[in-house]
Amino acid sequence: MPELLITIITIAIVVGAIPGVCNYLILLERKLSAWMQDRVGPNRVGPMGLLQPLADGVKLLLKEEVIPPHVDRVLFLIAPGISVFTALLAFAVVPFGPVGVEGAPGFLRFIIAPGIDIGLVFIFAVGSLAVYGIVLGGWASNNKYSALGALRASAQVVSYEIPLGMSVLGIALLSGTVNLEEIMQRQISGGLAAWNIWFQPLAALLFFTASLAEANRLPFDLAECEQELVGGWHTEYSALKWALFFLGEYTHMITISFLTSILFLGGWHLPGIAEADSVYPLAWLVKMLVLMGKAFFFICVIIMLRWTIPRFRFDQLMELAWRVMIPLSLANLLMVMFVRHFELSQWWMLPGSAVLFAAWGMISASLREAERRSRPGYVRRKKVEAHHDSHTAGHVAAH
Amino acid sequence: MTDTQKKKNVRWVEEPELGFWESTFVPAIMQGLRTTLKHVVDRKPVTQQFPEVKPELPLHYRGVHRLNRDEKDRVKCVACMMCATACPARCITIEAQAAPPEWPDRDKFPKSFVLDELRCIYCGMCEEACPVDAIELTHIYDLTGESRSDLMYDREKLLGVFDRTKNDPRDPVRTGRGKLGPASEFVQLPAVGPATTVPVSDRSAKAEAAGVIRTTGREGQQ
Repeated sequence: MPELLITIITIAIVVGAIPGVCNYLILLERKLSAWMQDRVGPNRVGPMGLLQPLADGVKLLLKEEVIPPHVDRVLFLIAPGISVFTALLAFAVVPFGPVGVEGAPGFLRFIIAPGIDIGLVFIFAVGSLAVYGIVLGGWASNNKYSALGALRASAQVVSYEIPLGMSVLGIALLSGTVNLEEIMQRQISGGLAAWNIWFQPLAALLFFTASLAEANRLPFDLAECEQELVGGWHTEYSALKWALFFLGEYTHMITISFLTSILFLGGWHLPGIAEADSVYPLAWLVKMLVLMGKAFFFICVIIMLRWTIPRFRFDQLMELAWRVMIPLSLANLLMVMFVRHFELSQWWMLPGSAVLFAAWGMISASLREAERRSRPGYVRRKKVEAHHDSHTAGHVAAH
Repeated sequence: MTDTQKKKNVRWVEEPELGFWESTFVPAIMQGLRTTLKHVVDRKPVTQQFPEVKPELPLHYRGVHRLNRDEKDRVKCVACMMCATACPARCITIEAQAAPPEWPDRDKFPKSFVLDELRCIYCGMCEEACPVDAIELTHIYDLTGESRSDLMYDREKLLGVFDRTKNDPRDPVRTGRGKLGPASEFVQLPAVGPATTVPVSDRSAKAEAAGVIRTTGREGQQ
């Protein structure tokens, strides 16, 4: 089959599937959040509410599109497009199945643009362009809440871009490539012991956290926090334009879930079921489902996180990025370089990551102490008291 | 209060200190995830599926009003205006008319009785005030109307609510079923007990009948 046709088919599959998947992820999110809060969730449209996404889509299509008179029309209309476009473009180099495995039907390639050697760099380059959608949307809205949301989003993305990039540099050093397919292949051919999570657990944590911030998901959704900024940068958006922003956000979420599973959890490798040399009928399907299952797991974790922990304060958000995550990801990178240069066993990186993780605790504990010390009316804890209740709640200082 | 006293009364409380592990966020987040996951796995929704499942209302629920009928199917109301006077929302409008001669047990009856269900705050004061138990609040809570005038309940509508609810075990005709009501038969007013408990030293506690307080005659004995 000609290469072009295959590419077109793959694009059609991805572009067709992602909005549908996003719709059902929204349903999943609503259901999961309902269950976590002892509610039932949407259950009116279709059996168990399974047709709810359709109803929502129809609603968003038929809703009135309000374009306020005070907006910059061109930018206002372009912004949601940029948001979706960049999110979908970043997905172009993400393999969503067993790329290059024997037995898969010819028209299925599992990646839109195969063999891109700058894969990871491409994703970060394009993914961080998504903030243009947010900034332009917020700015063009000509509304103080939108502008504040957009400013927050840009500050946040600029900050978290650094730990995000640096946390995967370790993987690039380990694998000797930034090509996602090769990174995946290297883990798969090495078996379970070659999964990057064993060597880079801290990097996995940093990457996951930073990409949550990149995708503007809770607990890092300060750009659109309802309590402070009404709707944040999409305050003025309605109907389908708002839906496009939402679609962009969810596509981002899918991308980071796939990336985390590919970079750290061995892609479609699962010991005993989907290994490099496992050959049985429909093995490609199983391998694809394994990868998608891992991604689905991360999506569930992201959703659960959203409904579990409260939002960060903005200064805490910046503190986490600049004082904790950037130094730690730098140290992690140094550790990988050290191990590579002196040709030590890769397993040294597991205890090394644990040490760095302890450093995280120390840094943030000392930051908190420093913050307390700067408060008006701070009284140094007495030695005796510290003995008694250093681990219990409450330090009462009488003035 | 002096300044030093004020300062003594103020207790400065510091937030609980984060330990080393809590400072890394990860264990705390895991703990939170465990809690939420527990709810997902062990699911006991508290939601009531309203239109299909009707709520269990308490027996003293105060819903739409009704005007009771007596044993001859006449409206029990004697148009005394007590409910309209008691109503804090001023939602009851009564027009009285002299009772026909064949109704010997009363002087008046309501020519029109209009109750604005939209203005009503469902406090139940009208029911409390009614001397003949003519107006009562029922369990009907889901009343709807297509216009404001739909919800101006007149005498016939209120009597219709009675016809709908009189056999509902949750809406019994409370007292004096069939008769006009206890108030129409009073020869003398009964003693009314105090609404709240009173201390023994209170003079209402020493009264002959609860609530009856004599202001003369007993003072000398105390």
